[in-house]
Amino acid sequence: MAESYRRSQWSNGLFILPYLSVFAVLLVFPLFWGAWLSLHKVDLFGPGRFVGLGNYTRVLADPVFLQALRNSIIFVLVSVPALVILGLFLALALNKTTRTTSFLRGLFFSSSVLSVTIVTLIWRFVFIPGDGLLAVISEQFGIQPVNFLSTSGWSLFSVGVATVWWCLGLPMMLFLAALQQIPNDLYEAAALDNASPWRVLTRVTLPSIARTIMLVTIIQIVMQFQLFGQAQIMTNGGPNGTSRPLVMYIYEVGFVRWDVGKAAAASEFLFLIILVAAMAQYVISSRKSEVSE
Amino acid sequence: MTDQTTYRPEALTGNRTLLAIAIILSIVMMAPVAWLVGLSIKDNKELMLGTESVFELPYTLVNYVNIIYSSQAFGWFFNSLVVAIGQTTGVLVLASLAGYAFARLEFPFRRTIFVIVLFGLAVPEQAVIIARHQMFNWFGLHNSYIGLMLPGMSSAFGVFLMTQFFKAIPKEIDEAALLDNASPLRIFWKVLLPLTLPAQATLGIFTFLHAWNDYWWPLISATKKEMFTLTIGIASSQTNFAQSEGLGFLSAQAVFASLPVLIVYVIFQRHIVTAVSGGAVK
Repeated sequence: MAESYRRSQWSNGLFILPYLSVFAVLLVFPLFWGAWLSLHKVDLFGPGRFVGLGNYTRVLADPVFLQALRNSIIFVLVSVPALVILGLFLALALNKTTRTTSFLRGLFFSSSVLSVTIVTLIWRFVFIPGDGLLAVISEQFGIQPVNFLSTSGWSLFSVGVATVWWCLGLPMMLFLAALQQIPNDLYEAAALDNASPWRVLTRVTLPSIARTIMLVTIIQIVMQFQLFGQAQIMTNGGPNGTSRPLVMYIYEVGFVRWDVGKAAAASEFLFLIILVAAMAQYVISSRKSEVSE
Repeated sequence: MTDQTTYRPEALTGNRTLLAIAIILSIVMMAPVAWLVGLSIKDNKELMLGTESVFELPYTLVNYVNIIYSSQAFGWFFNSLVVAIGQTTGVLVLASLAGYAFARLEFPFRRTIFVIVLFGLAVPEQAVIIARHQMFNWFGLHNSYIGLMLPGMSSAFGVFLMTQFFKAIPKEIDEAALLDNASPLRIFWKVLLPLTLPAQATLGIFTFLHAWNDYWWPLISATKKEMFTLTIGIASSQTNFAQSEGLGFLSAQAVFASLPVLIVYVIFQRHIVTAVSGGAVK
């Protein structure tokens, strides 16, 4: 019998060594190095000088940061409910295995595999004034359309539309998986009671997938807080920064103005927000497995 | 998807009205795509006069032909291919080795290391990207294939997924090999690895798509035009609509750039859905 299989041995650890070195160098080290940078005044070339929490106070005092934070929060508050409700609706509508529903599921998920640059190109061609699909359609009805991408208020909304279109597939698939898990006898019991479809939905279906609804919500909060490419390409944060999200602020401070320390401090704020959400997700998903076992 | 669903009472799930609304939504969803394809088969000069002409003849493939003459798009395509294949290979090798060890072998600090790796799942790219950019600067790795491939290999998701897959293989299979006195490496290579092929496909396709579509890292790392990936290249050519090569050409380029992922998606739809959903729930 090969002893190494039973006993704890250093040599067995060699299997994880390749990954562990990549993990340490490209994830663990930069995580701490980023925290170190956030405490220093650094630019691209200089090693920097220690400024304590100076970068953090500079970030918090920066109206552009506060605006970006507000934009990100608004964006999450609008896009996440839209994604959850639409995803849930599609899952309920397509929760049957026929040729039509499988095809539709595939269709609704297909946009998720496109890259952000394709998605933004598609939606810019919808929104551009004069030549866009919306402009062409509204001219048929004699309406003068809004210039969506460069009107404050509308620009972030347009980014949201493109985002929901892009990300809808995942919530739908997660809800479908959860709907398949509902035991049939719950429905049979409801049928015996002659419950109306609406009652079955609110009393049986939704309570049974309550944890998935929470989980999907948190996953989407994490994803939508990381909004970047759509806003950067479609509106470049404009007009007047009304569609600039948090990640785009980090990008501009760090890679356009090269104020590395300040960008690192701003990214620590984002990390904190996402860490809290990830913890919530962990707690909910581990509770879920306790119940099912 | 079980057959049971068909026996369920209508219960608002899978009923006809909902299905009808879903079909309408799918048409709304596909309209922008149809518009893009429509633009791509129109002559640029005709589109300059007004995009309503999309609804009228004649159509042309001239924009697609022009992609062939624009060597840039093919160069970017090639870069994307090299980066995505390289990163996928790296992830599969690293994650399979580590997943096997975490699932089957005993070594000091196994549990502690696994928990630390799991914690890596919660670290968003934005928290490390500034430091990473500096590090790659020290080693002169920007604007290189290896520099574009490496960061994606640190993702803990693959390790997590492969550990789950190795755990799912019945222990009796290695027991039999152990009777022949096989070494852990031999068991991994000869016995277990062939059994994980479906898992390799799932993780491989997921990683490939992820690398192909990545935007953040290539945006800051590949600053030379000839090192752009297709994703970055397409973004760079759409920044100046007015001066650009025209709506028809841009649309054709976008269709050309999304064809590979859409083909992969149509063929491997099940794997992709499994990987993406698994990745989200962790």
